[in-house]
Amino acid sequence: MDWFYVKGILILSGINLLAVLGLSLLTGFTGLFSFGHAGFMAIGAYVTASMSIKFGLPFIPSLMIGAMGAALVSLFIGRWTLNLKGDYFCIATLGFGEAIRLILDNVQYFGGARGWPGIPLYTNLTNVLILNIIGVVILVNLIRSRHGRNMKAIREEELASQIIGINVFKYKMTSLAISAAYAGVAGGLLAHYTGFIQPKMFQLIKSTELTIIVIFGGLGSISGSIIGAIVLTSLPEILRAFAKWRLVIYGMAVIFIMITRPQGLMGGYEITYGNIKKLVSRIFSIFNTKKTLGGDKQ
Amino acid sequence: MRKNIFVLALIALLVLGLILTGCTTNSTDTSSEENEAEGSDTIKIGWIGSLTGDQAVWGTCELNTVKMLIEEVNEKGGWLGKQVEVIGYDTRGDAMEAVNAVRRLTSQDKVVAIVGPNASGQAIAISSVLEEMKVSNIATVATNPKVTIDEKGNTKPFNFRVCFIDPYQGAVAAGYAYDVLGFEKAAVLYDVADDYSQGLTEFFEKYFIEKGGEIVAKEGFKFGDVDFRPQLSKIKEANPEVVFMPYFFKEVALSANQARELGIDAVLMGGDGWPSDILLEMAADAVEGSYFVNHLDFDDPEVQDFKATYTAKYNLPVELNGYLAYDAIKLLEKAILNAGSSDSVAIRDALETAKVQGITGQINISKETHNPEGKEAAIIKIIDGKYVFQQKYSAK
Repeated sequence: MDWFYVKGILILSGINLLAVLGLSLLTGFTGLFSFGHAGFMAIGAYVTASMSIKFGLPFIPSLMIGAMGAALVSLFIGRWTLNLKGDYFCIATLGFGEAIRLILDNVQYFGGARGWPGIPLYTNLTNVLILNIIGVVILVNLIRSRHGRNMKAIREEELASQIIGINVFKYKMTSLAISAAYAGVAGGLLAHYTGFIQPKMFQLIKSTELTIIVIFGGLGSISGSIIGAIVLTSLPEILRAFAKWRLVIYGMAVIFIMITRPQGLMGGYEITYGNIKKLVSRIFSIFNTKKTLGGDKQ
Repeated sequence: MRKNIFVLALIALLVLGLILTGCTTNSTDTSSEENEAEGSDTIKIGWIGSLTGDQAVWGTCELNTVKMLIEEVNEKGGWLGKQVEVIGYDTRGDAMEAVNAVRRLTSQDKVVAIVGPNASGQAIAISSVLEEMKVSNIATVATNPKVTIDEKGNTKPFNFRVCFIDPYQGAVAAGYAYDVLGFEKAAVLYDVADDYSQGLTEFFEKYFIEKGGEIVAKEGFKFGDVDFRPQLSKIKEANPEVVFMPYFFKEVALSANQARELGIDAVLMGGDGWPSDILLEMAADAVEGSYFVNHLDFDDPEVQDFKATYTAKYNLPVELNGYLAYDAIKLLEKAILNAGSSDSVAIRDALETAKVQGITGQINISKETHNPEGKEAAIIKIIDGKYVFQQKYSAK
């Protein structure tokens, strides 16, 4: 395959991965489903683009401001919707995502529905890769910290964690804001990759795509999200030869995985040095002791 | 646990297999391409557009047209004595997919030029890739002025198109309504979430007011709406002489029916999103006596041949996009023959001055704008459930 083409797919996977990492924190580790992350990406994209075009800021500061913009909006939204229980939050985010898109459709300052062309092309594989590594490192450390453990506690049992003294609302807000900031950076990168943004790019389908990647990779697994983002972004490209049936096969592949592995590809496990060692030794133990029943369940 | 590991291994195998097969078939492709490039016995052209999604009807028609024309070309011996091959990729109406498809076409498939896409958003998004890879694109129905001109007003070197642009179409609609039909009070109903609809509305409004007319009502709806009665009631109160409806046929049919139900008897007017057999099936009575701006006259004798062969081959009616895809291929053919080579930069240079008689009119590409200059619009009136050509009309 030609490197130019592969590079394009990798950049896009990287951009999706950043948004997915954020969503993974919210959905996989805090247990809140969101169908409005395309909305945060849109905010990130438009804020970043206006910072670099209208205010002439360099790329990285614009990205940071874009991320902050998305996080601020998420705090505002979270303030009113995070008190909602279960599915209601999910529905509220769905409405939020659509509302953002429709507002942008009608703000002529940003080009409205006709889009905003002429954004400088700053995004390349190097800066996407660096931002992804930084994103993963921050997320891993966050999840291993006390705050991360509190978020997992909320995911497992909200009431119990409240009783033992975790400020559930505060942690949900933090999780939402961080995940919105990730989506904001992803949006900013996207804007500077294509050089053109249009509210149409941030439709509900984009939000669902991100959620599918998180669930496909496995809830509560960062390695799962990484694999999911790369596999599901490149899959439609690999399937190009099937023309019209491409997306049908894509859908069938996702359904197949969900049926055979409802917990997702990684199902809550992480790829770490220790886990690989454990897996290898377990496979060997299966071959060595053929008829030991039970006992090695973990 | 054992079962889990087994399933995991199976999935890993499947995914790996998928990726590997994808890679191997592609790598054999590239090697054969290299051979072809050395032997140079085929010219490859690309097509992108929607084969899936809400615009699939138009995209499919474009690709069918392109394939049909290239088959004819190959039967006659091809271009420059070489056979021509079409590679068409789906974008499902998504700008990011369009960027990926163009990256693949230009780098892996090594096409010399690309025809399509059928939407401005995708055509604008791909221009940076085109410039990097130095391959031209001829857009079919991307009517946004920004497709060929960048923010600073410079012409984009590799973007061309065969259709007229939004300001022109808006000016034609406004001019025809005011000057020819003599209407002074117009209402506009438009899709707030659609770039095409916003563009036409903006320019119709601008030119209609410039001419001395008055916009008495301007109401918006959102793509996917099926009930237009609240907006139409407001329009009815404003009592316009003409209602401008710049959006696609499905919504046109629904809103026209509802307008007549509410007792609006003003003349309806629209743009090139109207022509479709579905409109007449759904709302023949409601749109009776309406006018719309079109790229061509469907009953033009020159068009009949194409219509007949297409319908015979695919057993489908020709959508508007088919005619423009036809002209895009004719323009490309002319440019390749003029250039005398299948080098993509030479083709670009030839496209800049190409002149060809297409089925939607005379196409003279302007070097300054990369648009077909002076292309006349056709005004169509719906009479007795048929599209009846009125006149060619061009706005100043």
